[in-house]
Amino acid sequence: MTEQITGAQALIRALELENVDTIFGLPGGCILPAYDPLLDSHIRHILVRHEQGAGHMAEGYAHVTGRPGVALVTSGPAATNMVTPLCDAYMDSIPMICITGQVPTSAIGTDAFQECDTVGITRSVTKHNELVMSADEIPLIVRQAFHIATTGRPGPVLIDVPKDCLQNMMTWHWPTDEEVLESLPGYRPNTKGHSRMIKEAARLILDSKQPVLYVGGGVLKARAADTLRELAELINTPVVTTLMARGAFPDSHPLCLGMPGMHGNATAITAMQKSDLLINLGARFDDRITGKVSTFAPDAKIIHVDIDPAEQGKVRRPDVPIVGDCRLVIEELVKTIKEMLANGEVQADISAWKSRVSGWQEQFPMYYSPNEPGEALKPQFCLEKLHELAPAGTILCSGVGQHQMFSSQFWKFEEPYTWVNSGGLGTMGFSIPAAIGAKVARPDRTVWAVDGDGCFQMTAQELVTASVERIPIKVAVLNNSYLGMVRQWQEMFYDERYSEVYLSPELPDFVKWAEAMGCVGIRVESPEEVEPAIALANSINDRSVVVEFRVDAGEKVFPMVPAGFGNDDVLLHPNQNDRREFLR
Amino acid sequence: MSMTPNTTSMPSHHILSVLVQNRAGVLARVSSLFARRGYNIFSLAVAPTEDPDFSRITIVVDVESAPLEQIVKQLFKLIDVVKISELDPRRSVERELMMATVRVASEDRGQVVELANIFEGKILAVGTEAITVSLEGSPDKLDDFEELLRGYGIVELQRTGRVALPKLDKEARTRPHKNGKAS
Ligand SMILES: Cc1ncc(C[n+]2csc(CCOP(=O)(O)OP(=O)(O)O)c2C)c(N)n1
Ligand SMILES: [Mg+2]
Repeated sequence: MTEQITGAQALIRALELENVDTIFGLPGGCILPAYDPLLDSHIRHILVRHEQGAGHMAEGYAHVTGRPGVALVTSGPAATNMVTPLCDAYMDSIPMICITGQVPTSAIGTDAFQECDTVGITRSVTKHNELVMSADEIPLIVRQAFHIATTGRPGPVLIDVPKDCLQNMMTWHWPTDEEVLESLPGYRPNTKGHSRMIKEAARLILDSKQPVLYVGGGVLKARAADTLRELAELINTPVVTTLMARGAFPDSHPLCLGMPGMHGNATAITAMQKSDLLINLGARFDDRITGKVSTFAPDAKIIHVDIDPAEQGKVRRPDVPIVGDCRLVIEELVKTIKEMLANGEVQADISAWKSRVSGWQEQFPMYYSPNEPGEALKPQFCLEKLHELAPAGTILCSGVGQHQMFSSQFWKFEEPYTWVNSGGLGTMGFSIPAAIGAKVARPDRTVWAVDGDGCFQMTAQELVTASVERIPIKVAVLNNSYLGMVRQWQEMFYDERYSEVYLSPELPDFVKWAEAMGCVGIRVESPEEVEPAIALANSINDRSVVVEFRVDAGEKVFPMVPAGFGNDDVLLHPNQNDRREFLR
Repeated sequence: MSMTPNTTSMPSHHILSVLVQNRAGVLARVSSLFARRGYNIFSLAVAPTEDPDFSRITIVVDVESAPLEQIVKQLFKLIDVVKISELDPRRSVERELMMATVRVASEDRGQVVELANIFEGKILAVGTEAITVSLEGSPDKLDDFEELLRGYGIVELQRTGRVALPKLDKEARTRPHKNGKAS
């Protein structure tokens, strides 16, 4: 076939062939040629107000579908606006395709108008990036990008396309799978775990007296929630789900201990500390989980399942490293353990361990001081009510700060892919655009974004996008008038010397701002107003709603493992401190 | 691009022979990975292989900056990296090229020429006040030669960084890292 089309037409056709249904973007000079054939495509384009929004929307879309989100922006300032979402997606292993315009090949290197070294700038925040050098390369590079973004450890891939490559004619050819693989001789991710290692892992599991399943985002990436549940029930072992894995295992399940880490609950933290075997499934011993590494889970043997070989031994040396896809490995593990049990082997008695763990759960439930009449509203109370009133299947997105930790702590996650947040990079401003992306992908679901007053002011303008594009989301702003998380650190570790953390209780007027963006705005100041406001918000489905909760500025997130300390030094809520010795 | 500090013994150094796709930007990817992860490059040499689709980068890494295993695994994650072999210095042949211009008055020139001859180096250029010599050989030999030239006053010196290949003796001289491809 020798069909001649432009590079731009080839680009859009390639995206169609990769089953892209939505693009988040904003046009400009260098990418202009690509926007013309887009008019004739069935692909939906969502015009954002800032390119960072396009990036986070693509991430939100990818979070809830597992399919790569696509962002399309121009060169120079648009490309630099994409750096934050690219880095965010890289840190959280989110599949994403970002296409940037570039100045014509003849102008590259001349400091042309809106030229920047996009591949240079984004090299360390992408899984891979590529500068197109001729129109003919476009289909192969697009196919490679989708292949790389979605296989192995997922991540963002950027394609930088010079304007002349979009304008020039090319001979259309859609590369075959074989051609794609041949063109990437250095890329062969290993998905199947080593069978001897899996047997060794099964052995350790059956012998362990104090096991913990330490579940990370890799389980969600591998779509392994069902398999995980089968394994957990088979070996009757407690499960902790990291911030990236909330929802991978139901919070209501008797084996679920919830979130470990810096703001995890006391039981999850302590169970890991005291365990004799950590079965790490798709987690990476992040510093927010381990605390001081030298004192982390000192007596635990480690099974580490990760598709990225470089995670094995990066922080903690595993006794049994298994490189592979979590779903395939867990399936094998279940099979192997069942066979061993069928052959008369028995699992060590873990009942003493289980009762110790339940003891901690009884002593240290998640706790906050309740709303006192006439006093400020507690943010945790708002979260509890949001969850209580949420329609089934609601997707929760969050920003970064105290409200993020309250969200993870006080929402009860029952289903995978209902929690969208920025874990690794901790990007303030993530929640609103991510919620929009999630809602575009799952229009059937209610999508709530829990945001801080600080975060909201970083990306709120995307609510205009939501209004214009008719993507109704709901935003709960927990307005504590502060950069609350930073305020908490200053209160606890800088002698209450508050430096540049006070925002303002009155400014901006969130209700008026919401209305100006085409949303319904609701202000809540007292506990009695909480339920009716949430119920009202849930009943509005033809536009976005912003509910501002004026909450207690002095509230702190507990438990807390202060940075640089070990998990044994976890600070409990002051009302639980007298029971500390139970954690030994 | 190369920079080779003096080394006589090299317990903290390892040689990685990295086969990469010969494409624009691949060297930048490799070097920025080292910078970003805080690994030190001791020396680096790169050129196309017998197959022009591939280049070989010979990197001498300072493993005090990070465990070799992490460096290798992170390198593997680069899509353009096809294969990595760690060359054991005892089982490989290493070569490096050095050029040096030495300030030497005509009456003492003979000493430098003699030195170059002893080391089997070459005289590249002779001037009234200076002489330019070259030497190709093992990095240790270059170190010794450089040390001796220093006594005369080195005006300019350039070393290429080492290239290496496995020795052609006995069985396994390379230990190909077979952790599978990174994802
Ligand atoms: C882009 C960005 N800048 C700065 C920070 C550091 N930071 C972490 S949490 C936080 C405060 C967030 O304030 P707000 O959105 O009001 O949330 P709160 O903690 O009050 O719930 C800041 C400034 C960050 N994470 N991201
Ligand atoms: Mg705040």
